[in-house]
Amino acid sequence: MDMINCKVNGIAVSVPKGSTILEAARAAGVEIPTLCYMKDINAIGACRICVVEATGARGLATACVYPVAEGMEIKTNTEKVQQARKTTLELILSTHDKKCLSCPRSTNCELQKLCNDYGVTGTEFEGFKPEFAIDDSAPHLVRDNNKCILCRRCVAVCREQFVGILGANDRGIDTHIGQAFKLNLNDTPCISCGQCTVVCPTGALTEKDDTAQVWAAINDPSKHVVMMTAPAVRAALGEEFGGEIGKNVEGKMVAAIRRLGADKVFDIDFGADVTIVEEATELLGRINNKGVLPMITSCSPGWVRFIEQYYPDQLAHLSSCKSPMQMSGAIIKTYYAEKMGLDAKDIVVVGVMPCTAKKYEIKRADEDAAGVPDVDVSITTRELARMIKRQGLNFNALPDEEFDSPLGEDTGAAVIFGTTGGVMEAALRTANDWLTGKDNTEIEFQAVRGAASIKEATVEINGMPIKVAVASGAKAANEIMKKIASGEADWTFVEIMGCPGGCVTGGGQPIHPQYVRDTVDIHALRSKALYDADEAAVLRKSHQSPVVKELYENYYKGEYGCHKAHHDLHTTYVPGKKF
Amino acid sequence: MQKKISSNPFRGTPEQEAKLKEIIAANKHDKSRLMGVMQEAQGVYGYLPIEVQNMIAEGMEVPLEKVFGVATFYAQFSLSPKGDCNISVCLGTACYVKGSGDIYDELQAELGIGGDECTPDGKFSLTACRCIGACGLAPVLTVNEEVYGRLTKDDVPTILAKYGK
Ligand code: SF4
Ligand code: SF4
Ligand code: SF4
Ligand code: FES
Repeated sequence: MDMINCKVNGIAVSVPKGSTILEAARAAGVEIPTLCYMKDINAIGACRICVVEATGARGLATACVYPVAEGMEIKTNTEKVQQARKTTLELILSTHDKKCLSCPRSTNCELQKLCNDYGVTGTEFEGFKPEFAIDDSAPHLVRDNNKCILCRRCVAVCREQFVGILGANDRGIDTHIGQAFKLNLNDTPCISCGQCTVVCPTGALTEKDDTAQVWAAINDPSKHVVMMTAPAVRAALGEEFGGEIGKNVEGKMVAAIRRLGADKVFDIDFGADVTIVEEATELLGRINNKGVLPMITSCSPGWVRFIEQYYPDQLAHLSSCKSPMQMSGAIIKTYYAEKMGLDAKDIVVVGVMPCTAKKYEIKRADEDAAGVPDVDVSITTRELARMIKRQGLNFNALPDEEFDSPLGEDTGAAVIFGTTGGVMEAALRTANDWLTGKDNTEIEFQAVRGAASIKEATVEINGMPIKVAVASGAKAANEIMKKIASGEADWTFVEIMGCPGGCVTGGGQPIHPQYVRDTVDIHALRSKALYDADEAAVLRKSHQSPVVKELYENYYKGEYGCHKAHHDLHTTYVPGKKF
Repeated sequence: MQKKISSNPFRGTPEQEAKLKEIIAANKHDKSRLMGVMQEAQGVYGYLPIEVQNMIAEGMEVPLEKVFGVATFYAQFSLSPKGDCNISVCLGTACYVKGSGDIYDELQAELGIGGDECTPDGKFSLTACRCIGACGLAPVLTVNEEVYGRLTKDDVPTILAKYGK
């Protein structure tokens, strides 16, 4: 490979030809501030916060797009550079609402941090200041253009998701981010994935905060509040309290939720185990009865919304299983309510999720096993952190505590649901045991692990080769669906997650600045926490879960996929349209 | 100013749709032809309402928002239909100093629409234009191909009446 030698702040580095100044600086261990740049996704040179002095460049060079040349000397922090960045920030602030006190991103805002670093107060330019109405029409997202800096990171990520409902409209001073024909967010085919909220550097795109509903339930003595957490939350929550990325904080998370005042803290993993036995039963049924194949998983509401809107004529491929969260809610409001002598109407089930699309999922039709919504409120990992902070808990000093029984026990198979390939692996473990009639010990299906957006494998189960595929991110989902719709696909079972990487990198997870996302493999670190938990688990197959055993022995009377289980744990889909 | 989005009902005909489909079919293999397709579509429909942009988005396999972003970026694209009578008021310097701004305002008041809008019955649309080279007649406006000069705002009702208002 052709290499180029240059110097960044006097540090000599050698980088491949074609590298940008930003890449050379990172190779030299020098960080240059960025706002619009996203590695591999957005290099548009729009914000000009990354300017540097470089020999051979006319004026200041835009580091994120300017290629290095042999012998180039780059200075990233001269007085001239600092002054230019300051002016850029002042210009950005001239159209910005600057309401940091009430902003959900305050203290975790890339704009605020830069203004702080450069001593910019935002009073230098006062001029034309557009005023935008806040779009809170959708259940999952709030878009406040008054805080938008037009970096277009959301536009890039939404297009990466194949959805592309966000874009820059009009021109010049009127340029603003919006939806076609100024439609409300809720009237577009947005799939609710929330990826745009993770990449937005400011408070312009945020999850809809539903914590008030949770506080209200907790403070209502007539309500029995059950809070339950998805697998991926424990792998990321600690990051909100300065912890390292991907540290499993399950014990402290449970302790914190208990101290918020929840009556019970359950693990959605029990619902994931139930999902697996129901889904594996459905899959074997389809194979034996020549049903529609491939069967595709239905755990991810972002994905479900995608297929309903983009492939409305392919819904027969979707497993009828509710998602683990909805199954958990359904079981709590039926089986658990009966066991505890509670009225389902007095139970408030709160899902704590890595996901914004769950806020939409709880409002879907046919998600009401007990005649009331299976889940009442769904909050993200970020909102849980907000509640913990408001409660004044010193998270890192909390003891490690255990989930409550009876719905707190789970298996390693359920934990790995939180990353792409996990549902597939969990289902294969169960299907393999059932078909071989053995308690197999070779249970790690490495071929379906890893962050690749599409993984294909042929796995052998009871001597029978089964073709499977695993996809994450709606763009990959679209590739899979094109093949299925055209009839060229020969898979038997397909797992699809709406977010790239699966739930660990879901749209409700803790937000890190872009330079961290560019340089750290967040997906690998959080996934490792889950695979480690699986490896350490005594039980690693869903059908061995004590909760599953108890539930099917005493409540569903012995049968997976029986009529009652079907009523409570399965759902239906509705063809949608794009516009 | 942000581009105005018309709320006039869509009156596309099957012939127009067939024409648009032809245009798309001829360009579909190359996404970079999006703008050309939009220009031709505007030639067929006179403007680019959501129904037309949606057909373009589907056909060219790009998100609707991408089409809309292009349509609102370039001045040549219109989101509002032209009325049977399209009134265009010159706001170039010569006309403007002679009071064409007042005439433009008066027309908006009389017609009950803003600039770049069309009356709900589809009869009148109103736009502003830059110098049309008739400065000797300033201030001027055109109705379709017809030119009217040396106007005051009191002439507005007479002109409109001539076109059936
Ligand atoms: S987006 Fe950032 S700078 Fe703007 S109000 Fe919120 S915290 Fe403050
Ligand atoms: S939630 Fe997902 S689909 Fe919706 S606007 Fe954001 S990135 Fe696009
Ligand atoms: S909404 Fe956020 S990500 Fe999108 S352009 Fe504005 S500041 Fe950037
Ligand atoms: S121009 Fe380089 S980060 Fe925006």
